[in-house]
Amino acid sequence: MSAFVTVKGLTCVFDVSKPWLNRVLERRGKAFLTAVSDVDFQVEERTTYALVGESGSGKSTIGRMLVGLLRPSDGDVEIEGINLAREEDPAKVASVRAKIQMIFQDPYASLNPRWRVRDIITEPVLTQGGDLEGLAEKLLQQVGLHPSDAGKFPHEFSGGQRQRICIARALASQPRLIVCDEPTSALDVSVQAQVLNLMSDLKDELGLTYLLITHDLTVVRHMADRIGVLYLGRLVEEADPHSLFETPKHPYTQMLLDAAPRVDGFGREVPPPQGEIPDPINPPSGCTFHPRCPIATDICRRERPATRKVGNALVACHLAE
Amino acid sequence: MTDAPLPATAKAREKGRWERFRESDFFYAFKRSPVALVSFGVVSVLVLSAIFAPLIAPTNPFDPASLDLMNGFTPPMEPNAFTGSSFLMGTDDQGRDVFSTILYGMRISLFVGAAAVLFAMVLGIVMGLISGYFGGWADTVIMRVADVQLTFPSILVAMLIFGIAKGVTPIEYRDQMAIWVLILAIGLSDWVQFARVVRGATLVEKNKDYVAAARLIGRSPWAIMTRHILPNALSPVLVIATISLALAIIAEATLSFLGVGAPPTQPSLGTLIRIGQGFLFSGEWWILFFPACTLLALALSVNMLGDWLRDALNPRLR
Repeated sequence: MSAFVTVKGLTCVFDVSKPWLNRVLERRGKAFLTAVSDVDFQVEERTTYALVGESGSGKSTIGRMLVGLLRPSDGDVEIEGINLAREEDPAKVASVRAKIQMIFQDPYASLNPRWRVRDIITEPVLTQGGDLEGLAEKLLQQVGLHPSDAGKFPHEFSGGQRQRICIARALASQPRLIVCDEPTSALDVSVQAQVLNLMSDLKDELGLTYLLITHDLTVVRHMADRIGVLYLGRLVEEADPHSLFETPKHPYTQMLLDAAPRVDGFGREVPPPQGEIPDPINPPSGCTFHPRCPIATDICRRERPATRKVGNALVACHLAE
Repeated sequence: MTDAPLPATAKAREKGRWERFRESDFFYAFKRSPVALVSFGVVSVLVLSAIFAPLIAPTNPFDPASLDLMNGFTPPMEPNAFTGSSFLMGTDDQGRDVFSTILYGMRISLFVGAAAVLFAMVLGIVMGLISGYFGGWADTVIMRVADVQLTFPSILVAMLIFGIAKGVTPIEYRDQMAIWVLILAIGLSDWVQFARVVRGATLVEKNKDYVAAARLIGRSPWAIMTRHILPNALSPVLVIATISLALAIIAEATLSFLGVGAPPTQPSLGTLIRIGQGFLFSGEWWILFFPACTLLALALSVNMLGDWLRDALNPRLR
């Protein structure tokens, strides 16, 4: 299988400087926030790649760069060999756009409240040109809603139903890659499972590729074929779910897994994660995880670790074995 | 399954616009508010009588053939000493029926007011959308122009624009152009508040995910602004438009009263008031009184309707 999505050296830097006048008066320089720093990964076709990490680790930023909502400051995103941010040919851009879709975190903000469900779902096809007849009804049925819901407005639905509408919209243009930005974190637990099951059914049925962005490790274990762990905009470990959950290599991954609640661990003492995610405007030197790392040594403070292969995993740590 | 689709027939679920409006909170609030009902009633009566003025008015005050100078200065509801004709609201110095001139004058006032607000609204919406959606230097330029314009009283801006426009139009077209120049002047002096409100709403809406969803499928900025953002920014615009309508009618009357607005050949309510105030101290009070009352009723009821609309559409006041 060839890689469907290739991400190389992806970096995103935001200018978070104060206005020019404030900088002059307060004698401050420009400030930059590095949200994503030098991230590489590949997603194979018909697989689910999960990106996990704490808030502020740059998961959503990567997702937004992948679908072309944000321009990478550096590095490349190639989807079937076409780079959306750099491609000049509008026909190629349109062909890539048609292949990728996104499901958003908040189903209350991702549907235009003034549009009928039918118009929301068919908008991607309307833009690309295609047959709209009966499309909304067919897609609604596919995601487990009633065809007659097409005439309603978004406010008539619950959170889970809205997320189903979002999925229907994402399917309308017959995409091959869907970026799911925390698709279930705004939903009730009972509804989460339904939406996740729907997503994996659709994946098998339509041969979709998912990039799943989440902080929920149970979701990842359930859905992913490959997992990337992000810390402060850097990919610290990448492995298949079995290796990652059974033998986590990076100390950060170990900390994350220890902190996750477990069904069998009721009443168990949980060691709370040490420290907080550092300020991304002034990240720590060397390995950005060293202030929180239990096994950090001198080299971790000085040098940024390169990604290397340890067992089945790719790990960015000097000491992992 | 909590998410199970509700069984329903397709026809019954899809309601028409009118039916949805009838069932809306908005219509319910309207039915329950005496202020809204009364002011809506007054506005409708005035607007309808202005539209159908040629059918309602007993005489055409601008047809010289129908005027009789002997009818001049007839007091309201009293027969004229020479001709014996009686007029509901009396006549002016040239024997024109005041009631008819008010009906025709209201047409000019309403037309100028509505057209000026429409012009201001379109200009303000376009500027506000561009400013809010694109940001950057376009935003800076548009908003600084707006700020500067707000430091001047709007009537002064309108007079300035009116003066310049009058200067550049040839004399023989001035009377014909006066109405359009008036619309331009009032509209240009009033676009700022529309632009500000639309910009604010755009800044909120453009960061919502439904806009991101539209962007990633490659919709053009223009389509996103008009189809996605504008419908969600429209209710405050509606409120401002209603209140602006009252202000525009008054602005037009003010300009006309000062003699820089509607010409005497096409008198608006303001022009009629200006003509009337010349006769006030010689005892012919009705020539001033009735146009002034009409203007008051029109502006007040439109304004109150706008106030009510603002409260009704503001969810925080519910």
